[in-house]
Amino acid sequence: MKLVYFAWVRERIGVAEEEVTLPPETTTVAGLLTWLAGRGDGYAAALEHAEAIRVAIDHEHVDHSAPLPANGEIALFPPMTGG
Amino acid sequence: MAGACQPMVRLQEADFDLSAEVERLTAGRRDVGAVVTFTGLCRDEGGRLEALELEHYPGMAEAEIGRIADEAARRWPLTGLTVIHRFGRIRPGENIVLVVAASSHRRAAFEAADFLMDFLKSRAPLWKKEHAAGDAAARWVEAKQQDHEDMQRWQR
Repeated sequence: MKLVYFAWVRERIGVAEEEVTLPPETTTVAGLLTWLAGRGDGYAAALEHAEAIRVAIDHEHVDHSAPLPANGEIALFPPMTGG
Repeated sequence: MAGACQPMVRLQEADFDLSAEVERLTAGRRDVGAVVTFTGLCRDEGGRLEALELEHYPGMAEAEIGRIADEAARRWPLTGLTVIHRFGRIRPGENIVLVVAASSHRRAAFEAADFLMDFLKSRAPLWKKEHAAGDAAARWVEAKQQDHEDMQRWQR
C-alpha cells in the first residue's frame, strides 16, 4: 500500500511517501490511522487529533469509515487551505 | 441548450493572464452574454507576511477541482468555465487563483464562480504556509470554520 502525506502531516512524519504492508486486521481508514499512530513519535504527533486528518483514496476524499482497497494510493493531510 | 460545457482546470507554478483567459472563453462566440472572473491574490496581512508557500497534491488537485467544476457546469447553463490555481512560493500582490465563468446571462456566471471558490477552499487539496517577515518561523494556515459554512450554503 502506498501512503502519501502533505503539509504538516508530511513534516511531522518526516517523509513524503512510503510503501507499507498492513496487518490483515487493518481494513478501514480509521484502523489505518490507529496503526500508523503506533509506528513512532513523528506518526503519533501527526495523528494526535486523528479525527481532524483528511484522507483520500486514489485521489478521492473518503470518510474514516471507508474500507481500504487491496492496492492503491492513500493520502493523509490536514484540512485544506487553498483558494 | 447543448450539454454542459467542458471546464478547463490547471495547476501551475507560473502566473496567469486574466485577459487571455477571458479571451479564450469569448473569442469567436456570439452566445456569451456574461463573463465573471474571480482573482484571489496574496495579501501581506498588514506587512507581516513575506510570502506564501502553496503545497498541492499533484493529480488529486486537478481531479478534485475538475469534479467541482463539472458540478458547476451541471448546475448552471455555462458556456465556458476555467479554473487556474498556482502553487509554489507566492509573494504579496501576486495572483493565487483564477475562476472565469461565462454564460449567456449574468446570474449563472456570478453563482457558478461563487460556488467554485466556496468548494475549492474546503475540498481542493492545497495548503498554505505563511512565511513571516523577519525571523519568525513559517507556519501552516489553519482551516476556518467559515470556509466550511460557505460550502454548506450551496446544499439543496
